[in-house]
Amino acid sequence: MLKLILKRLVGAIPNIIGVVVVTFLLTRALPGDPAAFFAGPAATEQAVEEVRVALGLDQPLVVQFWHYLKDLAHGNLGNSLSTGQPVLAELVTRLPASLELTLLGLAFAALVAVPLGIMAATRPGSWIDHLCRILTTVGVSLPTFFTGLLLAYIFYYLLGWAPSPIGRLDPVYSPPAHVTGFYLVDSLLERDLELFRASLAQLGLPAITLGLFVMAPLARMTRASMLGVLSSDFIRTARASGLSRGKILYGYAFRNALLPVITTLGMVFSFLLGSNVLVEKVFAWPGIGSYALEALVASDYAPVQGFVLTMALLYVVLNLAIDVLYGVIDPRVQLEA
Amino acid sequence: MEATLRHVRYVVGENPLTFFAFGLFTAFVLLALLGPAIAPYDPLASDTANALQPPSREHWFGTDQLGRDILSRIIVAARLDFGIAVSAVALSFAVGAALGCAAGYYGGWTDRIVGRLADTIMAFPLFVLAMGIVAAMGNTVFNIVLATAIINLPFYIRVARAEVNVRRNAGFVEAARLSGNSDWRILGVHLFPNILPPMTVQISLNMGWAILNAAGLSFIGLGVRPPTPEWGIMVAEGATYIISGEWWVALFPGAILMLAVFCFNLLGDGLRDIIDPRRRT
Repeated sequence: MLKLILKRLVGAIPNIIGVVVVTFLLTRALPGDPAAFFAGPAATEQAVEEVRVALGLDQPLVVQFWHYLKDLAHGNLGNSLSTGQPVLAELVTRLPASLELTLLGLAFAALVAVPLGIMAATRPGSWIDHLCRILTTVGVSLPTFFTGLLLAYIFYYLLGWAPSPIGRLDPVYSPPAHVTGFYLVDSLLERDLELFRASLAQLGLPAITLGLFVMAPLARMTRASMLGVLSSDFIRTARASGLSRGKILYGYAFRNALLPVITTLGMVFSFLLGSNVLVEKVFAWPGIGSYALEALVASDYAPVQGFVLTMALLYVVLNLAIDVLYGVIDPRVQLEA
Repeated sequence: MEATLRHVRYVVGENPLTFFAFGLFTAFVLLALLGPAIAPYDPLASDTANALQPPSREHWFGTDQLGRDILSRIIVAARLDFGIAVSAVALSFAVGAALGCAAGYYGGWTDRIVGRLADTIMAFPLFVLAMGIVAAMGNTVFNIVLATAIINLPFYIRVARAEVNVRRNAGFVEAARLSGNSDWRILGVHLFPNILPPMTVQISLNMGWAILNAAGLSFIGLGVRPPTPEWGIMVAEGATYIISGEWWVALFPGAILMLAVFCFNLLGDGLRDIIDPRRRT
C-alpha cells in the first residue's frame, strides 16, 4: 500500500512542476508593464525603474523563476495590493469555507447519482431509466450560476424555506470556535445542535447547486458501467448458481462497476472546483473563489495567482487521493505497483 | 451512402430528440445571423421611466434596471455568444489536430512534449485555468476565446493523436510512403481525413461546454463588458434583482443560455450515435 502511494506521489511530480511553471508564466504575463503597474500611475520613469529592480523584473526570466520558486518554498505568495495582507494567510483562512461547500456538494451528488445510476441500469427502459437519461442530459447543460439564482429565488423568495442566501451563517449566530474551520464539524464539537442546523441550512442551496451540475457525469458513468458489468459472464454464473439478487448486485456487480465511476471523479472534481467559483459569487460565500473575484475587480493580481495555484495544487492532491482510493478498491492495481 | 442515410434515419427515428435539437440549432443559428435585424427594440436604448417592468405585450421578456428590452438584448447577444464558442472551438480544433497528428505520427520526443503539454493543462481545474489566463492576459473578448480554446485543447490533441497513432503503420500509409509521398503529404492527405469523424463528435460535444464557459467568465466579470448584451452578463445583472422578486431580468437570459447548451449536447449525442455508434452509452 505504502509503495503504491509513494509511486503515485512520484508520478504527480511532473504535474506539480507543470502547474508551477504555468502559474509563473501567468504572473509574468500581466497586461502592460508590471513595474509601471506596481509603481502607480503618478510614478516618474526613474521610480518605475527602481520598482523594476526592487521586484527583480530586470533579471532574466530564468533568474526570476528561481526567485519565484524560493518565494513559494517559503510560502510567500505576495501581498494583496488592496488589503496589504499576505495572500497565503488569507487563502488559508478562507479555504475551509470552500472545501466544506465542495465536499458537501460532491456528497450530495454521489448520494443521488450513484443509486439513480444503479436503478437505471437494473431496470433498462423503465421510467427511472428515462429519468436518469433526462437528468444526465439536462444536468450538464445547467449554467451553475443560473441554477443557483433560480434555487435561491424559489426556495428563499417564493417559498421561504431557505435562509437568506448570503454568506456562511445568518448574522444572528456567531461562528463556532475555530478548530477545523468547517462550521459543520466545529459546531458539533461544541455540541451546539442549533448552530449545526443553521450552518447546514445555509450550506444547503449552494451545495445542491454544485451537486446538480456534477450529478450528470456520475449518474451516466454509474449506469453505463453497471450495465457493462451486469452483462458479463461472472454475473451470469452467479445468477445461475442461485445467489440472491442483493448479493449479486452489491457484492459482485457494484464493486466492479465502481472502478470507472472513481475514474470519472477526477473530471468531476475539475468541474466542482471550477463551478465552485461561480457558486461562491452567487451565494456571497466567503471562500477562496470569492476572494479571487474581489481581487480581480480591483486589478489585484497576487491573490488571483495565489488562488489559481492553490486550486491547481488542490486538484493534484485530489487526483492523488483518487488514485490511492482506486488501489484500495481494486487489489489488482496494487499488484502492478 | 445509402447505408449512411439508412443509419441516420434509424438514429433519428430511435431518438426524435436529435431531430428536435437540430431544429433548435437552426433557430439559434438564424438568431445569431439575423439578430440585430429582428430585435424589436434597440438593445442598448435605456428608458428609465420603464425600468424593471415585468413581461408585457410590449416587452415580452420585460425590461431591465435601465429600462432596456430584455428580449432584444437576448436576441442580439446570440451572435456574440455563438461567435465566442465557435471561434474557440475552431481554434482548439486547428491547433489540437496539428499537435495531435504530429505527436501520433512522429512519436518519440514530439509525442512526449505534446503529451506533457496536454497533461499540464489537464492538471488544472479547467475553469480556474481559464480564469487565470483571462486575468493575466487582459480582459478582452479575444482572450476569452483564447482561454476557452486552451482549456479544450487536450481533448482534441488526445483524439487526434490516438487516431493517427493506430494508423501510422497501416498498409495505405506504407503504400503512400513507398510511392514517394513526403511526411507532410501523408499526414495532410492520407491521415487527416481519418481523424475527422471522431473530431466532429468532439466538436459538437464541446460547443455547449464552450458557451457555458464563456458565459461563466462573463458572469464573474471577465471578458465581455457591460453594456454589451451577453447572456452571462445579463444573468449577473439580474442576480441582484432576483432576490427581491424581479425574476425576469435573470430568468430569460439564463433559460436561453441553458436551452442553447442543451441543444448542443443533444446534437452532440445524436451526432456521436450516427458517426461512432460504439461510443454510445
